[in-house]
Amino acid sequence: MTGKRRDSGLVKAMPLLLPAYAWLTLAIFLPLSAMVYFSLLTSMSPSGQSATLTLGNYATFFSDPLYATLLVRSLELGLIVTLVCVLIGFPAAYVLAKIFKGRAREAIFLLVILPFWSNSLVRVFSWSMVLREGGILDTALNAILPFKVTFDLMYSYPAVIIGLVHSYLPYMVLTCYLSLQAIDDALIEAARSLGASRFTTLRRVIAPLALPGVLAGSALIFIPVVGSFMEPRILGGHGGTLYGTVIEDQFTAVYNWPLGAALSFILLAVVLVILLVSAPVLRKAA
Amino acid sequence: MARVEVQNVSLTFGVHKAVDDVSIAFEDGGFYALLGPSGSGKTTLLRMIAGFEFPDTGSIRIDGEAVENVPVNKRRIGMVFQNYALFPNMSVADNVAFGLEVRGEKGETLRREVADALDLVQLGALAKRRPHQLSGGQRQRVALARAIVTKPRVLLLDEPLSALDKALRTDMQVELKRIQREVGVTTIFVTHDQEEALSISDRIGILKDGRIVQEGAPEEIYDRPASEFAATFLGEANILSGTAENGRLRLDNGLAIDLPPEGGTVAGDFRCAIRPERVHLSALPDAATAGGQLQGVVKRRSFSGSLSTYVVDCGGKEIKSVVQRGGGTAIEIGRPVELRWNRDDLVMLPAA
Ligand SMILES: Nc1ncnc2c1ncn2[C@@H]1O[C@H](COP(=O)(O)OP(=O)(O)OP(=O)(O)O)[C@@H](O)[C@H]1O
Ligand SMILES: [Mg+2]
Repeated sequence: MTGKRRDSGLVKAMPLLLPAYAWLTLAIFLPLSAMVYFSLLTSMSPSGQSATLTLGNYATFFSDPLYATLLVRSLELGLIVTLVCVLIGFPAAYVLAKIFKGRAREAIFLLVILPFWSNSLVRVFSWSMVLREGGILDTALNAILPFKVTFDLMYSYPAVIIGLVHSYLPYMVLTCYLSLQAIDDALIEAARSLGASRFTTLRRVIAPLALPGVLAGSALIFIPVVGSFMEPRILGGHGGTLYGTVIEDQFTAVYNWPLGAALSFILLAVVLVILLVSAPVLRKAA
Repeated sequence: MARVEVQNVSLTFGVHKAVDDVSIAFEDGGFYALLGPSGSGKTTLLRMIAGFEFPDTGSIRIDGEAVENVPVNKRRIGMVFQNYALFPNMSVADNVAFGLEVRGEKGETLRREVADALDLVQLGALAKRRPHQLSGGQRQRVALARAIVTKPRVLLLDEPLSALDKALRTDMQVELKRIQREVGVTTIFVTHDQEEALSISDRIGILKDGRIVQEGAPEEIYDRPASEFAATFLGEANILSGTAENGRLRLDNGLAIDLPPEGGTVAGDFRCAIRPERVHLSALPDAATAGGQLQGVVKRRSFSGSLSTYVVDCGGKEIKSVVQRGGGTAIEIGRPVELRWNRDDLVMLPAA
């Protein structure tokens, strides 16, 4: 009987679900299948030479260790950026959700999502002005400090991390904020009344309950950062060659779309495996 | 277990004085109810004793130790919250163990103390459940076990039973009383349910607008309310106002009643209160054969099981009388009646 009721519920929900599914099919499924097709072609030249199906593009990844090295570097970058975002974003979200009240909260909330308001390219280029030698940060530091420092972060790994953290931090703050806000203040007070210090309360009560938000934010950050190419290219210089920039090169510079598509799918597979493996572990922790 | 002493404590939120110069002592092992209308400052006072709010002025002592500047986690208090506030990410046993673990207890001692506390609230069988798998009453018991397992110096409860339905609430009152007796912890219980306060506590403090208006044993407050507010807030009361002269009170409608003996000397505007159950009714054959303190006509009546409530119109002044329903027949509406009471049951109230 319940099954029947659920069925009729689903039928009733169909008109509501249809637009969303139609859009998802169009926006994700079609381009993705096109990409799967490309990734299996020997070549795709504009002159229209006949191409045959092959797994060669995937084999390229395994034949040249450079790709794997870059992939590992990109995963590492994703991990670092995610971690930095947790370290900065969680406390910020905590202050926002549990300490500020009323108008102050709204004002600070707007500041937090400020990066969303500007174009990402503009954002990255403004960082390049801040970080380069003789740039804003360098000049400011020399104006304050009595001794001379040369400060040039531009075209370095830290610059890439700074740029990426800046771009993706709001996701972490938002997801953490939502899960922190859902925690009843009485739970925190109960823990304190039982003798727990602020830190113990954070560790034993707040952190476990906010974990879903941290995880959602991490997924939202880790996945795009691993495939990122714009920030590494503009802020990273020579050191900024990563898995994402190599894929981008295939599409925009070398015009080897099949290889670019194949590399993308390998990335997708690796990320999916990471998510699948970590899901049960994290669920147990939560 | 300890004595809690609150002295001249005030706390202002913005311009609003939530607690205004309150002084009250909670004796060791006593069961106190703080009773008052909404917004009277009960929760604020309780939270200051707990250490969630800090008084602007005044002192709070627990066991002789001044605690105004001690943070909540160092005060060794136990608190039960209105919405239970159980940790949803922990089992029942882990919830109860939390306070002990924080204090560094572990192993067999910890396990045994948790089991004992759960047995005390009769929930030993549900130790492994999560809070969301419990009923409201069971959650309340877990919250109680969690609060007392750490042997707090004082147990604070903020309307802990208000989320439960009537029948369950009565059960929990009995249960709470039993557990408090068994543990012997000084208990301060906030409620705005006067029946609950009367039935559960050894002493009651009545708050109004941030001030304690009366404090004493339930019978004492009920029988000898010190103000009209106390008389009407705790239980029902007929308020008789008029002018006193020569030991009699001339009511505003012209009728007069005798004052209690100690009222012989008062004069001028004056108020008295009498509980409805102290007003005895008897039907008269007709209005001419009147006796008693006052006469009137039955205007309304209602039954609640074993009791009947009559509203009698005495020359425009309505007086309520509650009588035990015996074998006799009820008095019909419109019947002339006489009202009698013992002069000592009349409580003289200070001029408003
Ligand atoms: N954090 C706060 N900020 C500002 N005003 C507050 C705050 N907490 C309480 N108040 C005010 O202080 C007064 C006393 O509040 P309190 O919560 O102590 O009342 P209460 O007696 O517990 O009432 P209730 O029975 O409704 O729970 C109220 O007028 C309330 O509006
Ligand atoms: Mg309250």
